[in-house]
Amino acid sequence: MLEAHDIEITRGDRRLFAGLSLALSPGTLLLVTGSNGSGKTSLLRALCGLLVPTAGEIRWHGASIRALREEYWKHLAYIGHLNALKDELTVRENLGVLCALSGIQTTREQQQQALAQFGLAGREQLPVKSLSQGQRRRTALARLSLSSALPLWVLDEPFAALDSAAVRHVQSVVSGHLAHGGMVVMTTHQEAPIAAPTVTELNLDQRRT
Amino acid sequence: MGALLRTVIRRDLLLAWRRRADIATVVLFFVIVVSLFPLGVGPEPNLLRTIAPGIIWVAALLACMLSLQHMFASDHSDGALDQMLLAAAPLGLIVIARALAHWLIAGLPLVILSPVLAIQFNLPPELSPVLTLSLLLGTPILTLIGAIGAALTLGLRGGGMLLALLVLPLYVPVLILGAGAVDAASAGLGAEAHLLLLAAQLVVTATFAPWAISAALRIAAE
Repeated sequence: MLEAHDIEITRGDRRLFAGLSLALSPGTLLLVTGSNGSGKTSLLRALCGLLVPTAGEIRWHGASIRALREEYWKHLAYIGHLNALKDELTVRENLGVLCALSGIQTTREQQQQALAQFGLAGREQLPVKSLSQGQRRRTALARLSLSSALPLWVLDEPFAALDSAAVRHVQSVVSGHLAHGGMVVMTTHQEAPIAAPTVTELNLDQRRT
Repeated sequence: MGALLRTVIRRDLLLAWRRRADIATVVLFFVIVVSLFPLGVGPEPNLLRTIAPGIIWVAALLACMLSLQHMFASDHSDGALDQMLLAAAPLGLIVIARALAHWLIAGLPLVILSPVLAIQFNLPPELSPVLTLSLLLGTPILTLIGAIGAALTLGLRGGGMLLALLVLPLYVPVLILGAGAVDAASAGLGAEAHLLLLAAQLVVTATFAPWAISAALRIAAE
């Protein structure tokens, strides 16, 4: 259970929003929408604990995430708008490092399988610098297939640069996670029909201050 | 925990190997700077012997500075740093792995090369081990202190210059003790005192630097 109480986020001199509260229970998809610069990424980074809100508190199962630290991050998969891939490493090496950082134990076969599901079969040994933008995004997202043990997923623009087949695959992975009692926070510009027990939409444009 | 440490160190070593040119620059810089002095100063054995420890230490210090700017910069710009900040293990542990990898890449080669370079300065063979040992104890301190600076100046314009201004004053005690160890040994006083002080400084830095680096990285990511 993830809760935000009365949070306010300021970037530079500009207050993005204030008094924002939200609660996420298992099986809930929170879609964060809003125009460019409305603070979607900042909100997501705050929910992850990368950015400290100027006011308010974010809690995971009742305890502040600033006190929990690794105890919270153990349960979190964050995929930002940057792919966090190293150009010189191969697709599988990158995936291995990202899984190790999230504390997910994986075997070689599981990694191969996850990459194959995201249409990267046969490209495991290629350095990431030789991939297209869409394939890089797929590599970053392939981690989700291995992250089912992590209850909370925070995804910033997961569909950016993806083709329609990949978008459908990500949608099915996300809805599968939600059906198993996971929680997902996601920003997107696309109309994304994702099957979920509960879908909440948060439009940051309406919260401009 | 151990597996994560291994993964992070392996990642950094692999990256360094595939960006070999970057390490080569650092090592060549060290070799060339040290080799220029005997040419510039002239073939005067006594003078060269006197200045050898200082020259080698200053060159090692500058070579280390040169490699520090890249320590977190690319991870900061491609989002990999965020993943480290949100890792399931304490950030301090990851920072220790990164610092160790950095030392293996940019510190250890300098330590290994120093006895060879010392020959150009006519440094007596019995002093060579003292020089190597002082660098072996000193270069990890340079890496750890430098990493604090690299983390603090992350994402800043002109970060390289600021990094030098921040870090060089903190390098002074290491430089004095490191070069002093060889001087003391050549004066027949024994280098133990200097080396022990250097070791003590390494222990203190290794204890507190990971914490400071972690805090600085969290600020940089905001």
